[in-house]
Amino acid sequence: MLTRTRAAEEAPPQLQTGLGSVCLHDVGKTFAAPRRGAEPVAALRGLSLRARAGEIVAVVGPSGCGKTTLLELVCGLSAPDTGTVDAAPAALMAQRDLLLPWRSAVDNAALALRVAGVPRGPAREQAAALLHDFGLAGFERARPAELSGGMRQRVAFARTLLSGRTILCLDEPFAALDALTRQEMQDWLAGALLAQPRTVVLVTHDVEEAIVLADRVLVLSPRPGRVVATLEIDVPRPRRRSDPALVALRERALLELRA
Amino acid sequence: MIAAVVLLALLGGWETYARLSGIDAIVLPAPTAVAESLYDDRALLWSNFTVTAGEIGFGMLIAMALGLACAVAMHFNAMLRRALYPLLVGSQTIPIVLIAPLLVAWWGFGLTPKVAIVALICFFPIVVPTLDALDRVDGDLHKLMRTFGASRWQTFRMVEAPAAMPGVLTGAKLSVAIAAIAATLAELAASDAGLGNLMHRSIPQFQTARAFAAVLVLTAFSVLLFALLALAERRLLPWAHQPRGTAP
Repeated sequence: MLTRTRAAEEAPPQLQTGLGSVCLHDVGKTFAAPRRGAEPVAALRGLSLRARAGEIVAVVGPSGCGKTTLLELVCGLSAPDTGTVDAAPAALMAQRDLLLPWRSAVDNAALALRVAGVPRGPAREQAAALLHDFGLAGFERARPAELSGGMRQRVAFARTLLSGRTILCLDEPFAALDALTRQEMQDWLAGALLAQPRTVVLVTHDVEEAIVLADRVLVLSPRPGRVVATLEIDVPRPRRRSDPALVALRERALLELRA
Repeated sequence: MIAAVVLLALLGGWETYARLSGIDAIVLPAPTAVAESLYDDRALLWSNFTVTAGEIGFGMLIAMALGLACAVAMHFNAMLRRALYPLLVGSQTIPIVLIAPLLVAWWGFGLTPKVAIVALICFFPIVVPTLDALDRVDGDLHKLMRTFGASRWQTFRMVEAPAAMPGVLTGAKLSVAIAAIAATLAELAASDAGLGNLMHRSIPQFQTARAFAAVLVLTAFSVLLFALLALAERRLLPWAHQPRGTAP
């Protein structure tokens, strides 16, 4: 059984209309020169991205192509220099789990609820129910240091979901994990998003991760980042990595990346 | 355990030297003589101890309160930090022993000037680690809290303040270690009671063993306070001492 988050309760019965959409149009972002005499750094230039309600859009690109900048724009943590960003409030999940070491798993998961003013008891109940769904039953009282990397990332994802934001920005969420755990977590995330749909902007340098999870994959150019290719992933879920269609798409994405 | 063995060896050496070298007990009393004084003068030592313990206790409390308030204020306000930090550093260079008579002139012979001196000396070691710990909070955590719509105060209460606790305790431990010296120095300047006063009086009275006993009491008290803080740290902040990644 999955718990219904507040966002799901507020949503009208019609499928996925409660979810927000993301629209970036012709966005540019330049940072001041890191030191005197250096050139200003153009992170993004002329980038457009659209994620409809309930859609999972993955963004892949070489390192330093402005992927993290892109997510900060979507989350409203910074404003673009040019172009427009139109997005409902979004929650950010980073590569590092950023769990608070003094809080138990359940209290970490409940952090956003506590910020929103939910009293401790109900917040813990909601968080514990979600942790249970995520296969973390029995670890509610454990501190982050007592959990494995995959478990910590699941707690972080529970915390992100419980923020009630309908848009999730995932910034290389599994990059810090070992290869085997990473695959497990990708499959797990695909299942979790199937059960609780959200509009997702997933930034990653792992092409396979993008293909396995997303409805659409955008390939960015090196800095300043802009979209050089768009791949629609019309493969039904649940997906298998060995699916020939996915393998072919992966090859195409890698080709675009190297172009 | 090893510390105890080293201590016993040192005491044994000291005792042997004091007995066999024929050195005057006024210059160097044997450990047994100090122990004897510890017992014989216990009422005198106790009454002076309570005075010094009060100075250290109140001084530390005031230093903690002001130090934490100062660190938080400077953390929240960059202008305040620029205005106060140089003054704080400057306050550490004041030769407190020399201005102690001045404090006595302001506040009299009672508890107040001693508490003020202890507070003044202990204040700085509390501010610096606390402020550092507040500053070192991960910038990504600030971003995370912003995406949750947290207010500045919520971020402080839920993230920064708990994260700074190890820094606060480090500061408190540093302060405890110097509080005893601060209190005895303050008593040297002007006082009629306290362990520092007792040491100061005992030596010209040729009661060297008693002076050593007073030092011993003060040292034991400092070590006890330090141990209590270390215990509190382990109990209240176990997360700060656990190695990461010892997962099932």
